[in-house]
Amino acid sequence: MLLTYLRRELRRRMKQAIVVALGLTIGIGLVLVVSATSNGVKTAQASVLHALYGVGTDMTVSKTVAPGTRGPQNFGTIPSGSTQISREMLRPVGGQTTLPETDVSTVANLRGTAVATGGLELSDTTLSGTLPSYTPGSGFSARGTPSGSSSPSFSISSFSVDGVQISKTGVGPLAPSQVTSGSYFASSDNNADVAIVSSAYATQESLKVGSSITIEGKALPVVGIAQVASGAADVYIPLGTAQSLSGLSGDVTTIYVSASSALVVSSLTSEIQKVIPGSTVTTSASLASEITGSLSSASKLATSLGTGLSIAALVVAFIVAGLLMMAAVARRVREFGTLKAIGWKTRRIVEQVMGEGIVLGIVGGIAGIVLGIVAAEVISAVGPTLSATFGPSYATGGRFGFGGGTGAGTGFGHAALGARTVLVHLTAPLHGGTIVLAVVLAVAGGLIAGAFGSWRAARLSPAAALRRVE
Amino acid sequence: MTTDTLAPTVFTGGQPGSTLYQLTDVRKYFKKGPDTIRALDGVDLTIASGEFLAVQGPTGQGKSTLLSLLGGLDHPTSGHVVFEGHDLAGLHESQLADLRAKAFGFAFQTFNLIPTLSAEENVETALVPFHVPSHERRQRARQTLDELGLGDRLSHLPSELSGGEQQRVAIARALVKGPKVLLADEPTGNLDEQMRDEITGVLEKLWQNRGLTLVVVTHDSTVARRAQRIAVIAGGRVRSGTG
Repeated sequence: MLLTYLRRELRRRMKQAIVVALGLTIGIGLVLVVSATSNGVKTAQASVLHALYGVGTDMTVSKTVAPGTRGPQNFGTIPSGSTQISREMLRPVGGQTTLPETDVSTVANLRGTAVATGGLELSDTTLSGTLPSYTPGSGFSARGTPSGSSSPSFSISSFSVDGVQISKTGVGPLAPSQVTSGSYFASSDNNADVAIVSSAYATQESLKVGSSITIEGKALPVVGIAQVASGAADVYIPLGTAQSLSGLSGDVTTIYVSASSALVVSSLTSEIQKVIPGSTVTTSASLASEITGSLSSASKLATSLGTGLSIAALVVAFIVAGLLMMAAVARRVREFGTLKAIGWKTRRIVEQVMGEGIVLGIVGGIAGIVLGIVAAEVISAVGPTLSATFGPSYATGGRFGFGGGTGAGTGFGHAALGARTVLVHLTAPLHGGTIVLAVVLAVAGGLIAGAFGSWRAARLSPAAALRRVE
Repeated sequence: MTTDTLAPTVFTGGQPGSTLYQLTDVRKYFKKGPDTIRALDGVDLTIASGEFLAVQGPTGQGKSTLLSLLGGLDHPTSGHVVFEGHDLAGLHESQLADLRAKAFGFAFQTFNLIPTLSAEENVETALVPFHVPSHERRQRARQTLDELGLGDRLSHLPSELSGGEQQRVAIARALVKGPKVLLADEPTGNLDEQMRDEITGVLEKLWQNRGLTLVVVTHDSTVARRAQRIAVIAGGRVRSGTG
């Protein structure tokens, strides 16, 4: 009978009930959409960080070249009389210098380090074309003007190569699980001439498992295709092979570190900087702060405006629902007075009003969850592609220079390779916790609305209520 | 709680003719802006158990206020409203709610039925405070409605009933719990003559058959003349008919 009473009262005030439920629907739907978008932005950020970091990495350790210390970067001596050139160079990526491989063990032995692995981030650049008349011994300089009368005509192409320490697959630039075609490196492949290419690069260069790719003049068979984040390296080869091909035996450019706990990241950073003086330790927090572009804007929008908007919508929805419930109770004063007169206790009447509020909250909540899920799906379906650009503090200088440069950051190709842009498709995933939160908010909204109304009902003396003229 | 507890337990019934209510110097004032309205201003009244008392008087002289105090719907500003030895003025709202649930039945001029509930469900609302099982609640409601000649109107909403039928549903709601006192505030005020006679007859019959104490506030002398005694209120005091 009590449920019948509740149901019929809601039906009698159908329009009002719809308005209350609709308010809660919009508020909760908005919270879900903002939350889902925020999740999407976080996923995008994680994807971007992963592109830079690699799998399971909490921090990376590298060393940048001090300005003016790298000097001119040459493609070597060109034979006298030659005008046709094709030169390939495999060097550390822009602005990075090498660390001795022993530093990897040093970091691995620090307290707070769970796993540490070394990597060699390289750039393979090929210069080809026709040169004007050439004076032996002068080389080619990006800044200098080659002597001669005819105009130079040449092109430069490059791709990024990461040397991967195969023995530790839990952390680093590439995980076996990312290999979608072919296979990951075998444990005995540390010095083998094999390569795994990113799916994007494979598509671009029409590569497949069994094809070969030439690095520093050496053809390496492709053993696998990997699905990696946009902005990650194009080609992955065993660390030993990378060191051998680049002439950097015993060196790494990056140490990938997995901390034993998020709590030790800060202290571990200090420890690493102590044992490797001059090193740059990049954590996810510091890296995220350096991201610019639409991803950064979306992140700021989601965390500031989005959160504020959803809170405001919820507050407004709760207040409107509460006021409408109060107004509804005001129209039922005599009814509640009658119920009190026949012996209903105030608590019973409050429960009745609260029950109506909770039902409205649940209805509004369910509708809000449906709205949120649909909106999140729409965002995922048509969501924009966000770009994340890492400023020069992450990648100071170019990956390579073209003679005549004065140091890091001034070499040829700097603009193209110094700042790294990663494109990420925005999705809006809804987690179970968010749905639970929505349910809690819906019930809370109903309780608040019911509390507004029942507060008024509870204050009525039965005689005063019965005297009320409606 | 079972239906066995429906009969008042704390407030035991008195013998017919024994004092049920004893009102002593009862005053009830209301603040209205800067003014104080003296609805009741020193009422002394005794009502015997099983008595049929009519309360008459001009509009705004405190008749309904008196009924509210008798039914524990309000506290007096001062004075004592003693019901079966218990001063209602000293009871908390929760205790008054228990008393209203068990001992008092109300019938109002405007019937005050819940518009969304059927006749049967309206009667059942009076049994909600007793936590009676639903089947038993339904059975009692039907039985009482049958007694009042509404056995074929159980599922009708108030809007589907005539004024007289609505008042009979309201009376059934008041009686279903077996109260000691039936307090009726202008029960025929909204009815035509025929309905008035019908309802008055119903009340009179119930009073006789059930041994109720019946207090009826009415403007209508035809109704009042059916009572054993008439108390006339004017100027906030009982001018005649005091027990």
